[in-house]
Amino acid sequence: MTINKDFFDPERSINYDLQTSGRSPEAWTDAARAAERFVPTHCSFCGVQCAMYLRVKDGQVIGVEPRNYPHSRGSLCPKGVVAYQQANHPDRLRYPMVRRNGTLVRASWDEALSFVVGRWQAIQAEHGKDAVAIYSGSSMTNEKCYLMGKFARVALGTRYIDYNGRLCMSSAAGAYEKAFGLDRAAIPMPDIPLADVILVVGSNVAECFPVAMQWIWRARDRGARIIVVDPRETPIARTADLWLPIRPGGDVALLNAILKILIDDGMVDEKYVRERTNGWDDVRAAAGQFSLEETERITGIPVHRILAAARLYGSARTSLIMHARGIEHSSHGVDNCLACINLALARGQVGKPGGGTMMLTGQGNGQGGREMGQKAAQLPGYRHIDDPDARRYIAGVWGIPEPELPGAGVSAPDMVRLMANGTIKSCLVMCSNLMVSLPDNAVVERALDNLDPLVVVDFFMSETAERADVVLPSAVWCEDEGTTTNLEGRVVRINQAAEPPGEARRDWEIACDLARRLGRGEFFTFQSAREIWDELRVATKGGIADYSGITYEKIDAQDGVFWPCASEDSEGTPRLFTERFAHADGRARMIPVTYRPPAETPGGDFPFYLTTGRVVYQYLSGNQTRRLAFLNSQAPDPWVEIHPTAAGRLGIPNEDVVRVRTPRGAMELRALVTPTIRPDTLFIPFHYGHRQAVNQLTNAAVDPMVRIPEFKCCAATIEKLGAPSAAASKGATENLTAANAPAIFPYQVAPPAARPVEERTAH
Amino acid sequence: MTVKTMFLDPSRCIGCRACEAACRECDSHKGESMIMIDFAERGWSVATQPTLCMHCEDPVAPCAQVCPALAILITPDGVVQQADPSRCIGCANCVYACPFGVPKFDVEARLMKKCNLCYDRTSQDLKPWCASACPTQAIWYGDYEEFVNERQGNAVNVTNFGTQRVRTKVYHVLPNGTARLDVAALLAESEGGAETTGAREEAWVL
Repeated sequence: MTINKDFFDPERSINYDLQTSGRSPEAWTDAARAAERFVPTHCSFCGVQCAMYLRVKDGQVIGVEPRNYPHSRGSLCPKGVVAYQQANHPDRLRYPMVRRNGTLVRASWDEALSFVVGRWQAIQAEHGKDAVAIYSGSSMTNEKCYLMGKFARVALGTRYIDYNGRLCMSSAAGAYEKAFGLDRAAIPMPDIPLADVILVVGSNVAECFPVAMQWIWRARDRGARIIVVDPRETPIARTADLWLPIRPGGDVALLNAILKILIDDGMVDEKYVRERTNGWDDVRAAAGQFSLEETERITGIPVHRILAAARLYGSARTSLIMHARGIEHSSHGVDNCLACINLALARGQVGKPGGGTMMLTGQGNGQGGREMGQKAAQLPGYRHIDDPDARRYIAGVWGIPEPELPGAGVSAPDMVRLMANGTIKSCLVMCSNLMVSLPDNAVVERALDNLDPLVVVDFFMSETAERADVVLPSAVWCEDEGTTTNLEGRVVRINQAAEPPGEARRDWEIACDLARRLGRGEFFTFQSAREIWDELRVATKGGIADYSGITYEKIDAQDGVFWPCASEDSEGTPRLFTERFAHADGRARMIPVTYRPPAETPGGDFPFYLTTGRVVYQYLSGNQTRRLAFLNSQAPDPWVEIHPTAAGRLGIPNEDVVRVRTPRGAMELRALVTPTIRPDTLFIPFHYGHRQAVNQLTNAAVDPMVRIPEFKCCAATIEKLGAPSAAASKGATENLTAANAPAIFPYQVAPPAARPVEERTAH
Repeated sequence: MTVKTMFLDPSRCIGCRACEAACRECDSHKGESMIMIDFAERGWSVATQPTLCMHCEDPVAPCAQVCPALAILITPDGVVQQADPSRCIGCANCVYACPFGVPKFDVEARLMKKCNLCYDRTSQDLKPWCASACPTQAIWYGDYEEFVNERQGNAVNVTNFGTQRVRTKVYHVLPNGTARLDVAALLAESEGGAETTGAREEAWVL
């Protein structure tokens, strides 16, 4: 999408793909057999969870067919079309492996699991229960996410569990919880066309959620205007009515300036603000932090465009703000999201069909994964682990005495620090690839190497699994059943189409087996995903994210069920906040936010902003999509985007291999010289591993509240390969405070004593 | 009877190549894509455009007209089929005759290949794979009246190449207010050089 295949293969002479990329002709011939069964399911990839049928023959998944569904309407992006090719992929892990004399060798399940459990018991006996940790993920079903939370607390008895959703949208989750008392997008996607103006802040919707684009285009067919805030001219920015090419990190300044214009022009819905919100006076006062000219200086956006955006947004009857990682991957990510929410509340939009704010959750089960109790401080149903009632209820459901339930752990980046300093001795990683996904990965590497053992459950050999002491092969999504909750809050059903290959097992089977070996088998007697689901429904009953009324049958009958759904006769809740917000008084909180600079800004030898992001052909750490040849052939390597004026000044021609350097590291990659990016900004996609991982360069600074790392902004320089690499160069401006300093070891600012991060529990 | 056909709207295209991936799943040519996405000019913009067979109606199928082996057949409803492999002699005449540059010559197979509008699906009243998958409905399948009711843009099925004109079964969608598609005029305009200097109408970034 933002890259053309020719960039990687200039010799390519034919435009059509005639079996040149990907599978062998034999595989295609095999796939051409008539299917005997069509299994209805949803995609394994992003948070949209498009519906599809898998074509099955002789117990093998051989293809895919479009499946109509209310939110995806039969569409699939390229990832969705080829997702099925994971099932029979030759790279699949088929048997457990244990490291012997430095290399991973085949082992039996019994050997591998006995070894792990033996080590865990020895570690916990010597260093306490908390010395073993779980690092989980959100790209798996609710059933598995729920089970991992229970496994950590009941089977291991450790407080240290967190998950990769921390790196995804935790700042939006934090902001929605604060402002609305409930963390979920408030409207279903088919409501999007009801908006008259759509303000997209920090979301490359077209590449990250292609199928959601049809609803935005449908709004445009109705006459809706589109405003895009992004440092890059993304495919949605290209045809938007207004594009605000913002300097990375300037979001709060811009959003507050827009709010100030709404106030000055009398476009605030005073009645709504008075009747449905608290805190407006403080927000109104904070909005005037900067004059328009100062805002222009901070954000790099011409004043007249800011004015135009504010008036377009402010005069719309129904307006929708869509936001995603662009503002959330920030050391002030929560503030960024709150600034969006303040705008929508000031305009009286939240709770209106097609209006308000909509976070675009990224991972396949990014929504469900953060409600099921695998977050550091959370129990199933979005309950807080420090809440005595919640503890009693969940302990009761799990059948353990309440005091046995551990307290809050720490966030994923903080866990990495505890691995590095030896507090955590062993970790089970499931559904995550830390070596690609965490910032400043040299530190991550040291932390992982410190673990004995590092246990990784995955279905392909990831960059993290390569470093593991034990690798356990698991099932891909279509080899198991369960549910996921998509970015609208719609719970959909994943159905099984095939059996796991070789000796591979389903993730929940692995967890249950480990629990049995740990002597906690009585709490993990599950024989199927459906049994986990039934317990999950009880566990979430009465919580904020209440799934108790959702059944597999209801999901099938209704084409998905929106939580909260508190009883069997409830149809679920597609639209939230129509009458009241989830806080006890029913009112939304308006929380004042003020601009703070990113934790690191350009200066000295590092004159550029570096931002990272996605390409449509790859998903997250790329461990799956880099193996699917059609996708990988479109974008096999990372590249760096640079504006022609900057490239001209530095003498960098298009497609030249260059070095990009930050205070943390350097990498070599090819330059795409294009005017679709700000002249002061570089862009590198993050899906690649080893020496191609942009997280060698990124800053590990975090948001003070939710501990999400600042992937979207750091200081960098770009140089021709011939240039001497000055190792000691400095000058990047550090705007670090105790609160946003990197959670990952080693500390980079104040001494540890000044910042008791251990005691800080993650939200 | 309403005639269903394809509408190609580059203003909606996000260049994701879902159509290319989907086309490879079609049972009539497994693993081979008969549609392609092109960047207009990546050194300038992220604008992309899908290219697939336009199924020319008047003059009817130039590719078929020049085929010495009568390998390219046309169905009664105007779908120009891929060359019949039992007849195709691999002369590549069709490749040179097509005004849109669509048919491709597969050197290894020594056969011409192109889109047959998913005849196996459309004959069963299903959408072609690419139109079904397209996340943005830049590739849209339906009848003209339905299109006009639901969508913005001016759907045209006549492409002008200077004095030559071709009427096709497949429609291009032009921006509202753009009446006709004239390739020669567009070429002349771009050679005028107004847009190629990199100058924008205003300062867009500070």
